[in-house]
Amino acid sequence: MEAASKLDVESIRADFPILQRKIGDKPLAYLDSAATSQKPVQVTDAMRRFTDHSNANISRSVHTLASEATEAYEGARAKVANFIGAISHDEVVFTKNSTESINLVAYAFQNASVQNGTVERGADPRFRLGPGDEVVVTEMEHHANLVPWQQLCLRTGATLRWIGITDTGRLDLAHLDEVVNERTKVVSFVHVANLLGTVNPTSQIVARAKEVGALVGLDSSQAVPHIPVDVTELGVDFIVFTGHKMLGPTGIGVLWAKAELLDAMPPFLTGGSMIETVTMERTTFAKAPAKFEAGTPPVAEAVGLAAAVDYLSSLGMDNVRAHEKELAAYMLERLETVDGLTVIGPRVPIGRASTVSFELDGVHPHDVGQVLDSEGIAVRVGHHCAKPTCVRFGVTATTRASAYVYTTTEEIDRLVSALEQVRKVFA
Amino acid sequence: MDLDELYQEVILDHYKRPRGVGLREPYEGESHQVNPTCGDEITLRVHVEGDTVADVSYENAGCSISKASASVLYELVKGASVEDALKRLGEFTELMNSKGREEGDEETLEDAVAFSGVSKYPMRVKCALLGWMAFKDALVRAEAAIPTSGGGSEQ
Repeated sequence: MEAASKLDVESIRADFPILQRKIGDKPLAYLDSAATSQKPVQVTDAMRRFTDHSNANISRSVHTLASEATEAYEGARAKVANFIGAISHDEVVFTKNSTESINLVAYAFQNASVQNGTVERGADPRFRLGPGDEVVVTEMEHHANLVPWQQLCLRTGATLRWIGITDTGRLDLAHLDEVVNERTKVVSFVHVANLLGTVNPTSQIVARAKEVGALVGLDSSQAVPHIPVDVTELGVDFIVFTGHKMLGPTGIGVLWAKAELLDAMPPFLTGGSMIETVTMERTTFAKAPAKFEAGTPPVAEAVGLAAAVDYLSSLGMDNVRAHEKELAAYMLERLETVDGLTVIGPRVPIGRASTVSFELDGVHPHDVGQVLDSEGIAVRVGHHCAKPTCVRFGVTATTRASAYVYTTTEEIDRLVSALEQVRKVFA
Repeated sequence: MDLDELYQEVILDHYKRPRGVGLREPYEGESHQVNPTCGDEITLRVHVEGDTVADVSYENAGCSISKASASVLYELVKGASVEDALKRLGEFTELMNSKGREEGDEETLEDAVAFSGVSKYPMRVKCALLGWMAFKDALVRAEAAIPTSGGGSEQ
C-alpha cells in the first residue's frame, strides 16, 4: 500500500493509560477522538511537573518561579507557532478553546462597528460591518463557526450567507463567485468538517475571498490535530483550533492571525495583562498577543499543549495523516458491509478524515450508542453541534466514529460486529 | 452494563408498536419539547373533558426510550382523571430521578415500571421524561384554555 502507516500504534497506545480501561468487562475502544482526544503521559507529566515545580503567575514578578512560568508559557507559544508554520510567535493568541477564538474575531468586528462614538482607537475599516455588508460561512459548520457570525450579523445589520453542501458531502462551489462577492467582508469556513469528515479544499475559496478583498479564516479544530497545517501555505488571515482535540488538555485554544491583522483588531476581553497603561478615564492596550489575553491565562494547559505538539511532531504529521487515511478507508469499507447503514458524508477516502457519521436504518443513534457502550465502544451520538448539516441530510442525529493516532483496525472490527448486535436488539 | 435491564421487552414493544401515536382533534393544549443535546422532539396534545384526560395524541422523533415512554404515557393517562394523571406524572418523574434505587409501583405505573432500569443511566433519563414534560406543559395550557367551574380564572 502506498500510504502505509508509519506509526507504531502499539507503542503509541502504551503512552495512553486510559486505553487500558475496561468498560464493564470489555476493553475500551475509544472511537470519539473528534469530540476530544485522549492524552499521553507525556502531556499529563509535563503539566504535573510544571505545577509541582514551577507554578507561578506569568509576566508579573521577578522571582524564579515567575520567570520559569513565563518562559514555559511563552515557550509553548513558540512551539505552537512553529507547529503551524507561523512566521512570528506573536501571531499565536492563547484562548480557552476554538469557540472563544472565533468569538474573539467576531467581536473584533462588532467592537469596530459600534456606532455610538466610542469606536475603538484605530478601528480598521476592514472590521466595520453594517447593512449591505456580507459574511460568508458554509452549511457544514460546527455551531462554533456559525452562531458567532450569525449573531454578529443580527447585531450589525450585515447579511449572513453560506456555501451549500453537495449530496456527496462536499462544499458546493458552483456558486462561489456569487456567494463571495464585492460585499463580502469576511469568509470563515470549516477546514475539516466535524460531522461529515470532509477535508475541504481551501485554495479556491481563499483565492476568491482575496479577489474581492475579504478577510478569510478557517475553523481548523478538526484539521490541526490530524493533518499537516501550514498557515503560510494556506494563505489565510486567521485560523482557530483547540488543545484538547490534539492530545492536549481542555481549557486552552488558539487563534492564529497575521500580525498586521492582530494589530488592527480591537480587543475582545479587557482587563488585566492586556494593557499598556491605564488611567481612571482611558486605557491603551498592549501589543498582540497580550492585547487578546486578558486575565491570568491557562499556564499549565499551555505547557500541556506544548507537550502535545512535541508528541505529534515526533510522530510526524505526515505519518499521522497517512495512518488516518488508512483508517478512514478501512472504516468506510467495513461500515458499508453493515445492513441498513448509510454513511452521511463522503463515501470514498479521498479528501476525507477518519471521522465517519452514519445512520442505521430504524435505530436511533442514542440506542446505537448505548448498545455500543455495553460492548466497551465509545462513539458520539447526536447532532454533533452541526444541526444545519443534519437538516441538509434529513436526519435529526447521527452516530459518529472517529479515529486518531492510537486507533487500531481491530477496534473498527469491534465496532462493526457490535453494530450487528445493535440490529439484533432493535430488529 | 446490563443492556437487558435498560431495553426491557416492554420498552422495545412500545417502541416498535407505539400506542396512540398521531396528532388528533379536538385538543385544548399542545406542547412542543426538544432535547437540545440530541435533537429528540415531541409535539403532544391534550384533550380534557370535564375532569378527565379524554385523549393524548402525539408525534415524535427520537430514540427507543423517548418513543416508548410517550407510548406508555398515552396508555397510563388516557381516560384517567386529571388528578390521577398528575399523580402518575409525579410518580414517574420520581422513579426516573431515583438513580435505580426505586422499582416503581406496578399498581399505578403499570408498564412504566419497566423504565426503572433507565434511571441508572443519567444520559437517558431526559429521553424518558421528554414526553412527560410535554404532557405536563400541554395540560397546563389546556387548563388555562378551559373555563373552570371554579370560575374567575379566565384571562
